[in-house]
Amino acid sequence: MNFKHKYMFLLPGLLVLLGILIFPIGFTVRLSLSSWDSFYPGLDFIGIENYIRLFTDDLRFWEAFGRLSMLSLTTVFLQYVIGFSLALMVWKDIVFQRFFRVLFLIPMMTTPVIMTVIWRTVFHESLGPVNDFFNLFGMNPLWLSSEILAKFTVILVEVWQWTPFMFLLLLAGLLSLPKEPYLAASIDGAGPIRTFVYVTFPLMAPISIGAIIIRLIEASKIMDTVYVLTSGGPGTSTETSSFYIFIKGLREFQFGYSAALSLTYLIIMIISFTIIAKILVKLMVRGN
Amino acid sequence: MKNSIRVGVLVGSTALLGSLAHADQWSDQFPHIKNTGDIAGECSYDSMSKKDYSGQKLTINTHAVPVMGEPTALHAEQFSALTGAEVNVIHTPAGDLYSKAMVPFQAGQAPYDIVFGFSNFIRDWKQYLQPVPAKYVNMAQMQDITQSHIDVNSWDGEMIQFPIDGDRHYLKYRRDVIDNPEYQAKYKAETGNELRIPQTWKEYAEMAAFFNGWDWDNDGELEYGSAEVMKKDDLMFAAFFSRSVAYSKNPRVKGGFFFDLETMEPLINGPGFVEALTDWVEATKYVPPGGINFGLGDEINSFGGGQTLFSFSWDDAFVKAMEDDSPIKNKVGAAPLPGATRVWNRDSGAWEQEFNQAPYIVWGWTAAVAKKSKNHDMAFDYLCFFANDANHQADIGIGRFGVNPFKKSDFVPEIYVERQGWDPEIAKQYADTLMEMEEGSTNRVFPLRVPGVFQFNSAVATGTSKALAGQLSPQEALDEVAAEWTKIVKRIGADTVREAYAIGVALEDAE
Repeated sequence: MNFKHKYMFLLPGLLVLLGILIFPIGFTVRLSLSSWDSFYPGLDFIGIENYIRLFTDDLRFWEAFGRLSMLSLTTVFLQYVIGFSLALMVWKDIVFQRFFRVLFLIPMMTTPVIMTVIWRTVFHESLGPVNDFFNLFGMNPLWLSSEILAKFTVILVEVWQWTPFMFLLLLAGLLSLPKEPYLAASIDGAGPIRTFVYVTFPLMAPISIGAIIIRLIEASKIMDTVYVLTSGGPGTSTETSSFYIFIKGLREFQFGYSAALSLTYLIIMIISFTIIAKILVKLMVRGN
Repeated sequence: MKNSIRVGVLVGSTALLGSLAHADQWSDQFPHIKNTGDIAGECSYDSMSKKDYSGQKLTINTHAVPVMGEPTALHAEQFSALTGAEVNVIHTPAGDLYSKAMVPFQAGQAPYDIVFGFSNFIRDWKQYLQPVPAKYVNMAQMQDITQSHIDVNSWDGEMIQFPIDGDRHYLKYRRDVIDNPEYQAKYKAETGNELRIPQTWKEYAEMAAFFNGWDWDNDGELEYGSAEVMKKDDLMFAAFFSRSVAYSKNPRVKGGFFFDLETMEPLINGPGFVEALTDWVEATKYVPPGGINFGLGDEINSFGGGQTLFSFSWDDAFVKAMEDDSPIKNKVGAAPLPGATRVWNRDSGAWEQEFNQAPYIVWGWTAAVAKKSKNHDMAFDYLCFFANDANHQADIGIGRFGVNPFKKSDFVPEIYVERQGWDPEIAKQYADTLMEMEEGSTNRVFPLRVPGVFQFNSAVATGTSKALAGQLSPQEALDEVAAEWTKIVKRIGADTVREAYAIGVALEDAE
């Protein structure tokens, strides 16, 4: 085949790639070097002024980033532990196995924003059913308006919504495990705990790392839950990076600055996930 | 002046009341206006039925249902039936109304013929909007609108937005408690003070704290002191300004409430604002559990559902409380926002120890026609029809619609007594309170309407919510807001912000 023809076949894919991936990123880079806002719409050039502002004069972004790290690491850890436990539960033959497998997936199939509205109603401190129950014991927890409990509520809603995703991946992993190592462990007289620690967990490590990284990427974009549940409050106690970027971009209409925030955030995320993946491999994969 | 307004109001209201019970062919077809029938005018049902917009399409971006979204859709359906136009209504959450219109505006596109939003968007939106043509500005329907709402919808004398709603913050209270002799005696015995409509924010706080956390209406549920919009980014900044005006709007000091017009230095961290925020932090102790996370909807439901003694913000909570199915219908009262026993004078740098009160003519719903729309005539006709007298009279009686009085003829108590079954005394108090704010006061504050208004308001929301959550002291929080405002002014340009702000200050200082 002619050399040029090969490139002709590649061209459609290349154009799509340029259109949907390269152009938006390139435009965001250009936008981040402009002062585009509600009053000055346009791609003027202000150099790295937005980045200087971010690194020298925007503590709120970095606080939000710290909060995001805490929320996403906690939620993904809990999702992994609960998801793995549920997957182990329905992995073996149990009564109503099919029913439980579907039941555990339901939260993931619901629309996050709608479910968060429902959770908000459930946790409403003076009108919600949760506090109706606690009132019986003379307690009135402030689920959405105490700095600490609001974080807990966000974590709880996120864990409820996305544990099924972890469950699904881990169950698929468990179902694909080879039988031989289990036979060997059984012949060696290993009990359920030893079998889990020395066989199941190590064999599941690659898929666990994949699932954790996928969930971490998703959790790091946490936005709708915070938006509906607390609007980042009380104060700024549940404000995350993506919610902050949303405020700067679409509430305050500081497009140029929010583009700089987004790019910085993207770079930090790429570096962070690379490091986290390496750490997970070191911790979870036997022999490393 | 006042007398001529009253005469005008009387004439207008007589005409309106005269139309009562005049069911006609239009009310048979459109039951929404069954109480009044069609009311003659340039944009009445009858007038619109003579227009033919068949084959033409109108696209409207409005708020989500029900507040403003429901009347938009209802009047779109009626307009379509009358004129043959195809009307496509798109519903958008309040927080996204600005950006959903602004993105296509800035990109030079016109996906919407009409955009609904808040009247304080006016400075950022005005270059993309078609000014209201003279034939609408001069029509009788428009002459009935109060001057303050003409001002709110105009920019430097030119009407840019079409008045469809009137908004102001005022105090709502439970009459069955405040006027109850038993509670008056109990309150006097325990506090040494009179139980009355609170004249100051300190009185408001004392009464709210007294009536917090016990079942004072014997319905088996706990009641609380006050319902307020405290949720971050959910219009809370407007609630803060309402609490600030009494301490900071000194009638003897001209030249700006939010900024010193001369220097464009923010005044937001001055002692008056700090005092207001200190009061507000205190208020977290007498709101219902979770009240710090109440948005406007929560506030409406809380007070409107009989959960609190006080509330202050837009009309909706009051109207909801007075709806037929409300457990507290005819048990609530309306009054001006509380005042203060001292007011800050920034010229002398000292407190003046005298009573001060100032209405806050807060921004509200409005709608406008996109300059790039190809259907200007049809779009203005739709808005004019939306706000015609028959529709308006029907709309203001439905709390969830979010349409509130802004016409002089709205401030006539008999309307509410006849059509909505309000107690005459309450109706009079309501009408008088609103009218006094509209036309009576000479110490009013208008909303901030400058370029980048969202940046300024967002900074206020962030700072005050930090204080409410206990993350910062009131002074620290407002210092942070002032520092942020200074940066915003610097980014946009002091002269640019000043030029826009001067228009609002002129309205305040002219009084």
